Amino acid sequence: MILPKWADVVLIPLINLFLALFVSGLVVLLIGEDPVNAMKIMVKGAVGSTYGWGYTLFYATNFIFTGLAVAVAFHARLFNIGGEGQAQLGALGVALVCLALPWPHWTLVLPFSILGGALFGAAWAAIPAYLQARRGSHIVITTIMFNYIAYALLVYLLLGALKAPGMAPESPRFPAGTFLPNARDVFDMLGINFARSPLNVSFVLALIACFLIWLMLWRTRLGYEIRAYGQSEPAAIYAGISPFRITMIVMLISGALAGLMGVNAVQGEAQRLLQDNVLGAGFVGIAVALMGRSHPVGVLIAAVLFGALYQGGAELEFETNVPREMVLVIQALVILFTGALDNMVRGPVEGAFLRLGRRPAPGAAAE
Amino acid sequence: MTTAPAIELKGISKAFGPVQANKDINIRVMPGTIHGIIGENGAGKSTLMSILYGFYKADAGEIFIGGKKTAIPDSQAAIAAGIGMVFQHFKLVENFTVLENVVLGAEEGAWLTPSLAKARKLLTELAAEYELNVDPDALIQDLGVGMQQRVEILKALYRQAEILILDEPTGVLTPAEADHLFRILEGLRAQGKTIILITHKLREIMEVTDTVSVMRRGEMTATVKTAETSPELLAELMVGRKVLLRVDKVPAKPGKTVLSVDNLRVVDDKGVERLRGVSLNVRAGEILGIAGVAGNGQSELLQVLGGIRTGTGRITLNGEEIDLTGKHSDAGTRRARGIAHVPEDRHREGLILDFFAWENVGFGYHHDPKYNRGLLMDNDALRRDTEAKIAKFDVRPADCWQTAKNFSGGNQQKLVIARELERNPDLLLIGQPTRGVDIGAIEFIHQQIVALRDAGKAVLMVSVELDEILSLSDRIAVMFDGRIMGERLPHETNERELGLMMAGITDTDRDVPVQEVAANLGHTVGAKP
Repeated sequence: MILPKWADVVLIPLINLFLALFVSGLVVLLIGEDPVNAMKIMVKGAVGSTYGWGYTLFYATNFIFTGLAVAVAFHARLFNIGGEGQAQLGALGVALVCLALPWPHWTLVLPFSILGGALFGAAWAAIPAYLQARRGSHIVITTIMFNYIAYALLVYLLLGALKAPGMAPESPRFPAGTFLPNARDVFDMLGINFARSPLNVSFVLALIACFLIWLMLWRTRLGYEIRAYGQSEPAAIYAGISPFRITMIVMLISGALAGLMGVNAVQGEAQRLLQDNVLGAGFVGIAVALMGRSHPVGVLIAAVLFGALYQGGAELEFETNVPREMVLVIQALVILFTGALDNMVRGPVEGAFLRLGRRPAPGAAAE
Repeated sequence: MTTAPAIELKGISKAFGPVQANKDINIRVMPGTIHGIIGENGAGKSTLMSILYGFYKADAGEIFIGGKKTAIPDSQAAIAAGIGMVFQHFKLVENFTVLENVVLGAEEGAWLTPSLAKARKLLTELAAEYELNVDPDALIQDLGVGMQQRVEILKALYRQAEILILDEPTGVLTPAEADHLFRILEGLRAQGKTIILITHKLREIMEVTDTVSVMRRGEMTATVKTAETSPELLAELMVGRKVLLRVDKVPAKPGKTVLSVDNLRVVDDKGVERLRGVSLNVRAGEILGIAGVAGNGQSELLQVLGGIRTGTGRITLNGEEIDLTGKHSDAGTRRARGIAHVPEDRHREGLILDFFAWENVGFGYHHDPKYNRGLLMDNDALRRDTEAKIAKFDVRPADCWQTAKNFSGGNQQKLVIARELERNPDLLLIGQPTRGVDIGAIEFIHQQIVALRDAGKAVLMVSVELDEILSLSDRIAVMFDGRIMGERLPHETNERELGLMMAGITDTDRDVPVQEVAANLGHTVGAKP
């Protein structure tokens, strides 16, 4: 290990982020806007008020779930890019639970909506997982195709069985007893003034998920087997670890995590099932997992960052002539620099560390 | 004498980060000699040769070729300077013919046909000159390893190499093939070529070289005339202390049969039958050594016994039958029944290179209650256990927080052996116990295996090193083409007989001279069906 750990997990992502923002600034300059002002608006919009924080963390909640979903699968060297579809199905599961009964209180419905979201998301991941584990159909291909099927399925249901009276292809509104307390309600009880925003208790759920996934990966036999399998399949088989079992379990966990996004997006905010309940969060999850180096803490930080980008971007669009697409460009640059161009920064940083900390080690030798 | 050395290196140093791989190396290789370079894994031999071949740039030092100072920034420059390299892992295009491989990278002009015609003519001349007979139109994938190696040598000669570097050339050869290689090298020397032979096998150094240089920990510790030294002295120079080259052991006291294998067959993914009816027994308190050239079914035998592969036939352990279909058993259940397995390829199977040492010590045994506390793993217990094993097996560095890839080959193997032997298994399966392991550690590993056998356990050992088979085994079985060619007792046989059996020649042909057999070998040994 050439780099100290802190440089690996903090310094390099920060440099990458800075580079991405710098290039974004150049692009903003090119379309004739002031990059410094644009940056101010974005930062202020994302974290400059409780309103900004509310939205930032609301988006971050979605990204934590989809980011964890991708990260867990990464540890078994499975590339689950079906977060979109699994989250859509999770949303369906949550909606079915919420619509099933005239629920009296959110604390009663939440365990069941969690279960519904997780089960539906897991089930949607189970089919590609089985095809991968038994028949060798590549999971990247199958999961992305399942995204389209999920969208088609939701449209079908929202034009038929689940359609609310009226023009819009959406489900009826959930009963009021299912509404989750939002940040404003919670902070009001503490006597703190927090602006109205969709941030709700699902955020706490996401934090718990981060902790549980960390515990699972690094403190349980299952996590040990998942990581071993991800590092080397022949070694895993040598150790008596069944590739079929690990592939299935990992993808079920991954799909369940993606599905849990429905609790935040559908039960927490929309309060009805829409045609698109995910809004690209499934794909952002890939970037979040990449940037967070598949570690739950990294995922948490990256998710908040991407939440801020989303919220700041929305403000930017609102206050200037910078178009919505510009925000997508900035996100894409962040993904490009943190994911694809990581080694571009890593080389020089490692070189710098070697020059700084060079100490001769007599007797040490390598082939 | 005023002849300039073919190669002279002065003050070569190379560091990788904090690791000094080569330190102030000076060496003179005289033209028309075979110069051996010997040293343990990690001594810096390969780094030095990579500098000479232009793969790495030295931090300091100078290279003189034929007395002239020469810069070698890349392999093109090395070839231009007349240096040819035969790598340990051949760099041949499998589905090209011999001729196409020889010409590859040295084509003259856009049209291939003239170069091929020229190469064909030259190949015929070289074959006549150096006994390097190879069919120029054969596909590489149809040739045995011995023949493939000849193609590598031909490639270098085609590029007019005057200096030939061979990196561990005999690792994949049968003894007879190795002998033939040495005759080729002697032929090249007689023609005035200079040869550098990198190896860790003392026997080869003694047999074929004129001069030998010893490397240890990145430094050149000695250069001596081969005729004026001995294997013991070289071993001591390599390791830095006195080494036992032979294993001290008392005669075996075999007990009841622990493992019984009857008519075992294995078909691989491609439908090729890798084991064609293998039957053998291993008793308590004995070491059965399986000799053979790599790729003749030994790997599959270990894997099927270890639960990694499925097969058909009948296997019993302590009288109880083991399921071979994979439906009711895997590597985990084999362990639970007292089979420990040190796999042939520790990088691919035995270790997770990116895991810490302590994580690797639990590998395969992670369900053991002593490493667990309820739902969670008891990592503290595992680390304490790892520290104990590291201390007992003298693993260096003695740090359970190092990732496995940061240990040298010998220490990695010690980690695996510590993990498997400390389970006190009824049966130990061990493949290539000392591959890529330095001499000092070999001695230790051999002692551990013998100690297990003396404790009344059964050991099934697979090795391609005949020395190892002969010195450790209580009984020797030779495998060829998925079958057991026969069994011998170590004191009643010798390398020559085993070598012939490894080449598929049964004992009826005992009187056939080695040379005649060797001439036929290239086409049969190791050739893929």
